[in-house]
Amino acid sequence: MAAAVRSQVISLYRMMLTESKKFPSYNYRTYALRRVRDAFRANGALEDPRAVERLVVEGQQTLALIKRQVIPAVVSD
Amino acid sequence: LIKKNNTCVCANLFRSKPSQRHQASPDLNKIKLIKRHELEIDELRPLYMDFQATTPMDPRVLDAMLPYQVNYYGNPHSKTHAFGWESESAMETARRQVADLIGADPREIIFTSGATESNNMAIKGVARFYKTKKRHVITTQTEHKCVLDSCRILASEGFSITYLPVQANGIVDLELLEASIRPDTSLLSVMTINNEIGVKQPMKEIGQICRSKGVFLHTDAAQAVGKIPINVTDMKVDLMSISGHKIYGPKGVGALYVRRRPRVRLEPLQSGGGQERGLRSGTVPTPLAVGLGAACSIAQQEMEYDHQRVSMLANRLVQKITSELPDVIMNGDAEQRYAGCVNLSFAYVEGESLLMALKDVALSSGSACTSASLEPSYVLRAIGTDEDLAHSSIRFGIGRFTTEAEVDYTAEKCITQVSRLREMSPLWEMVQEGIDLKSIKWTQH
Repeated sequence: MAAAVRSQVISLYRMMLTESKKFPSYNYRTYALRRVRDAFRANGALEDPRAVERLVVEGQQTLALIKRQVIPAVVSD
Repeated sequence: LIKKNNTCVCANLFRSKPSQRHQASPDLNKIKLIKRHELEIDELRPLYMDFQATTPMDPRVLDAMLPYQVNYYGNPHSKTHAFGWESESAMETARRQVADLIGADPREIIFTSGATESNNMAIKGVARFYKTKKRHVITTQTEHKCVLDSCRILASEGFSITYLPVQANGIVDLELLEASIRPDTSLLSVMTINNEIGVKQPMKEIGQICRSKGVFLHTDAAQAVGKIPINVTDMKVDLMSISGHKIYGPKGVGALYVRRRPRVRLEPLQSGGGQERGLRSGTVPTPLAVGLGAACSIAQQEMEYDHQRVSMLANRLVQKITSELPDVIMNGDAEQRYAGCVNLSFAYVEGESLLMALKDVALSSGSACTSASLEPSYVLRAIGTDEDLAHSSIRFGIGRFTTEAEVDYTAEKCITQVSRLREMSPLWEMVQEGIDLKSIKWTQH
């Protein structure tokens, strides 16, 4: 994997974990952390740049989702 | 069995994060203090281990639903403006997502208000449509209450109903099933996965039998959809009920799969403007339908991962409990089951007192729909469980969001409480001394 893509993936991973820690609910928080970690681990060996790019885009969408969903969860807690 | 509201006493491990507080006026501070106190009580909530009763919504499902609750609020049946068109397109996308999960065509999916309505529609609808020629319906004794009650209503209308018994492992006897099909049978209804004991019925074989005899097969797949791979063509199923809130979707929505080839005809229960192919009139609730669709597509994506995880956690729970406690019986077949529904009977312990002792874990004994009565569950009675064992059964539900820590805590708590209750039990004392309880003649006072 090219160095730029690798650093992008790592920063995406770190951002997703940081956002996931903000869920007030124990179950959602642990699920998000676990799922993100397992998904990145499972796809760690991917070489095809197009597949990697597709997954990165999907990851960014999921990151936006987590950011959006943490707000109603915090407000309704 | 009367279920009391579970209140706190949970380990700090499971405390949710406290809300932010900042400086404000004295009155506001007082209000915030009261609210915080209430919040604190609220924060210590039990662990959720009752995934068969209902499931929390997946955050991804809520995310899909929110735009349709807020901005895109049009009626999907309005043909004349953009609000209607965008709502309709979302509804059709959701329909396709549901259909993809079960291997059906989108035109075969009808949105309903839940699996109860789907079951009612299927059973009453099919039976009544073919009532001139066919007056016999077959079901099993372990079905959900809505199926059994629908059959009871049909019986009062003059249909003859056969309630098939199940074997001791909860699975229906295929030869008995085949023998009970008559020339005037219109419908056979068997649930795919039982909600109380988690047993999986041999749907492929049952489908084969029904197809060969020309009988419609309906299955209540509320607990099965999204958890095990389902294909309506492989299973030769003609009608299937789906529930939204069992697969991490919203409550208040479900679906009914109605086969088109060969066509299954239904007499509709709900009359009106002819929506949903005329079978279920009424505005389709777009946000709920979108939520159901999202839940189905997420379930399809996550099925493998969830299945491995749930099986691992269920094994962990059962191993932990059975290695420390003797005289624990698992109800239902050990192999033909869905791992996430574990029903254990603890001999010489009373079920209600065990549930009370396990107050910081949300569990159930018997299914939610029968918990208002004091009788033991009819499903356990149908599989031949002794009266006293039926009273001391607990159902552990494991799902997508369960953690290892929760399972370990539940197992340890269970072991401690069962041991404690057994210490106090005179029956246990007698058993330890080697007395056979069945040989005792209890005197009348």
